[in-house]
Amino acid sequence: MSKNLQSLEEVTIRFAGDSGDGMQLTGTQFTNTTAILGNDLSTLPDYPAEIRAPQGTLFGVSGFQIHFGSTEINTPGDQCDVLVAMNAAALKVNLGSLVDGGAIIVNTDGFNDKNLKLAGYAANPLKDGSLSKYQLYEVDITKLTTIALQEMNLSSKLVDRSKNFFALGMMYWMYNRPMEPTIAWLKKKFSTKPDIMEANMRVLNAGWSYGETTEIFKVRYEVGPAKLPPGRYRNITGNQATAWGLMAAAKKAKLDLFLGSYPITPASDILHELSMYKHFGVKTFQAEDEIAGITSALGASFAGDLGATTTSGPGVALKTEALGLAVMVELPLVVCNIQRGGPSTGLPTKTEQSDLLQALYGRNGEAPIPVIASATPADCFSAVFEASRIALKYMTPVIFLSDGYLGNGSEPWLIPDFNSFPDISPRFRTEKEGFHPYLRDEKTLSRPWAIPGTPGLEHRIGGLEKQHITGNVNYEPQNHEFMVRLRTEKIERIADDIPMARPDGDAKGELLVVGWGSTYGAIKTAVMHQRAEGLPVSQLHLRHLNPFPKNLGEVLYGFKHILVPEMNLGQLLKVLRAKYLVPAVGLNKVQGLPFKSGEIEKKISEILKGNI
Amino acid sequence: MSTLVDELLEKTETLPVEKYTAKDFQSDQDVRWCPGCGDYSILAQTQRIMPDIGIPRHKIVFISGIGCSSRFPYYMDTYGFHSIHGRATAIASGVKMARPDLSVWVATGDGDGMSIGGNHLIHLLRRNLDIKVLLFNNQIYGLTKGQYSPTSELGKITKSTPYGSLDYPFNPAALALGASATFVARTLDRDPRHLQATLRRAAEHHGTSFVEIYQNCNVFNDGAFFPFTEKETKDDNVVFIEHGKPLVFGKEHDKGIRLNGFTPEVVSLKDGKYSTSDLLVHNEKDTTLSFILADMTYMSHLPRPVGIFLSIERPTYEEGMTKQIQTAKEKRGEGDMSKLLNSGETWAIE
Repeated sequence: MSKNLQSLEEVTIRFAGDSGDGMQLTGTQFTNTTAILGNDLSTLPDYPAEIRAPQGTLFGVSGFQIHFGSTEINTPGDQCDVLVAMNAAALKVNLGSLVDGGAIIVNTDGFNDKNLKLAGYAANPLKDGSLSKYQLYEVDITKLTTIALQEMNLSSKLVDRSKNFFALGMMYWMYNRPMEPTIAWLKKKFSTKPDIMEANMRVLNAGWSYGETTEIFKVRYEVGPAKLPPGRYRNITGNQATAWGLMAAAKKAKLDLFLGSYPITPASDILHELSMYKHFGVKTFQAEDEIAGITSALGASFAGDLGATTTSGPGVALKTEALGLAVMVELPLVVCNIQRGGPSTGLPTKTEQSDLLQALYGRNGEAPIPVIASATPADCFSAVFEASRIALKYMTPVIFLSDGYLGNGSEPWLIPDFNSFPDISPRFRTEKEGFHPYLRDEKTLSRPWAIPGTPGLEHRIGGLEKQHITGNVNYEPQNHEFMVRLRTEKIERIADDIPMARPDGDAKGELLVVGWGSTYGAIKTAVMHQRAEGLPVSQLHLRHLNPFPKNLGEVLYGFKHILVPEMNLGQLLKVLRAKYLVPAVGLNKVQGLPFKSGEIEKKISEILKGNI
Repeated sequence: MSTLVDELLEKTETLPVEKYTAKDFQSDQDVRWCPGCGDYSILAQTQRIMPDIGIPRHKIVFISGIGCSSRFPYYMDTYGFHSIHGRATAIASGVKMARPDLSVWVATGDGDGMSIGGNHLIHLLRRNLDIKVLLFNNQIYGLTKGQYSPTSELGKITKSTPYGSLDYPFNPAALALGASATFVARTLDRDPRHLQATLRRAAEHHGTSFVEIYQNCNVFNDGAFFPFTEKETKDDNVVFIEHGKPLVFGKEHDKGIRLNGFTPEVVSLKDGKYSTSDLLVHNEKDTTLSFILADMTYMSHLPRPVGIFLSIERPTYEEGMTKQIQTAKEKRGEGDMSKLLNSGETWAIE
């Protein structure tokens, strides 16, 4: 049977099932294959905190959304065009994000009485007509998987765990993607478990063949490659980019990287990633707690490594006292906060930007720390490199902010030329003559880094207030105020060493949308759409949150309206209003989910129509 | 690729070790402990043994947390880091992992090390990094002016326990042994010779050395250890444990410790019933025995054991870490960032 082939510019697919159904794996495989085809893409893994929540329950649903296209893609998609639902709960949880008229592919086996009851359906939605505004495709994936594996005599558990590959095969067929990358991956991943490899390959093929032969699918789709800047690309998640960025910084600093870290969602993958690169000289230390994570890293910095620690908000809370110590002893340290929903344990697997004020101010005493935020998954690489550069040059702890959405999300990345990154190697002090632990560089105000093992420079540092120059303990009132101001000025002077703020769009005008962190893609899409309609709106995305670019005030004053969308209750907004006295307004979302560009567009048009 | 640290080490490793005296380890800072504090003796004995351990001054690092004892690094003319409460052992772990070539010492107290920093202490001990931990035990909080500590005796009346403390005290030696420490010792601030000998042994040990030092706080807990440190009472209240020697004590060397099953008991050597050959002979390589001896600590019918409970060898954490890195470099070659960036699935856009 010949099938109709339609060309699409972009499409959003959401895979959803039980948390044990392998939806993250299915989504990741689909993503990697799609990246290799040259599509631009953005992903949103959305999974519960429970590892294998009770089967069939609403809270156990795990989802993975991918938005890909032949055009520029900046968000994982406001709504999905296709929903693959492995059971009734997955349908119920995700139906709201499906576009009207969108396609639903369901595993009918996941809609038995028990599934329906657990999902809270009084009647079977596949039968009661409630899905009539969608294109519904009913496939008994479980049965078809079982048939495909009939000859293999596998346990029913193993058969059941292969069914995600049936869904993947179907989607590969439907979107005209090759299966080879996944087959290659299976061969490598299960090289010692040939049964599992064989089973998954068979089921993948069965899914593809089903698409090809069944009459229920009438159309296949084609999504051509995107017109991305030329070069070599790879797909990368934010956490992987963060790990690699730290390694790159250590190489360019001619130092060993030391990571002290305690496992925490969604930051643990950075620890996992870095622990693989021992041949790069990377030392990873899984500490007994968050405090030991940061203090061991600080100890390593004292001894001459590039010390780093990775965590999420609750972990930063525990590291707070050590951060103050790092400020006081003025040693380089990179603290990565992969933010998640808070407060307290909050939403471990969901994203949020609510730790900005914690990063800026969350310490006792006047303890300024530079803060850098990445805008996209791949941007984590250069953002954490920049954080390391500042830490080393200014002898200071630096907080790098990412979040769950960036950390787990991925995008194609134009692989940078490593040689083009600057040398950021520090100078260890070795001259005895005129050495004082707190005698500062006149320009940067940073103190010398004299590491243990250097003859003649034996000295003591600590958390007690220091005397200017000598670093001796000193409690004199005038000295304390002088030192507090000096430490503050050191951080403020970094503004001379970072790029100026430059809005995308017009440099002056009606409305400026100011963002930071992972809202970049959603804001960009919204602003691009509105500008295409001729509306006077520009975008400014801040990477440096402390200190701000020197000209930030000027840029802000050039606009009549300022909108600050944030996944918090208005933290950057507060800082901008306080510092620049501008009448900025916020657009705030704290649902553990990233912004949809449509939400931002709506706010932009309200402001421009004078409704705000 | 060699790092900046490698370059520094290359230049300095070959320097001859200077001949030091105790004075070389005294910093230019005024010592600010209360007059009569036991810390003075610990500082003096530490400075005295430093010239003997054969390590250049610039390779020695003293790290501390918070408390009276934690001022220690300021007074040592070595590298030093006076950090935050309880975290000295964690910072020291980072220093040692970054730089296995350094001689790393921690000065801590019963509060800093066993209360707020208890977690880091036990994890350091089980990991067995080559770090020397000197725990100044004065059974009181000094710097915060006199609250009970995790080693204060049950029922202790302090500012925060006017009706008596309800906490059963830690037995530091037993805690360290329970955390799988490889070197555990107890010594006394008022016995300079024993203190020096113990510090020397701690310095020689390859692995974490845990040294509990009974230290008199003459302001908030004066005389807490006098039964064990003063001339008139010491002999009958302390049994000095020495490797290969029977446990004899008493002014007249007329008492001994004998094992009855696993239970230690005091026997008289005077009445002819027992001789030294019936006594328990200390073996500092015997882990089981070390637990029995440490357990004598709070038993009022037994003398207080002082000396080296255990000294055994186990690979250190930093050796394991260094070895994994070396092996990975040999097997996979020195990591190349450009290669890594271009590894795995990549594709070209024309």
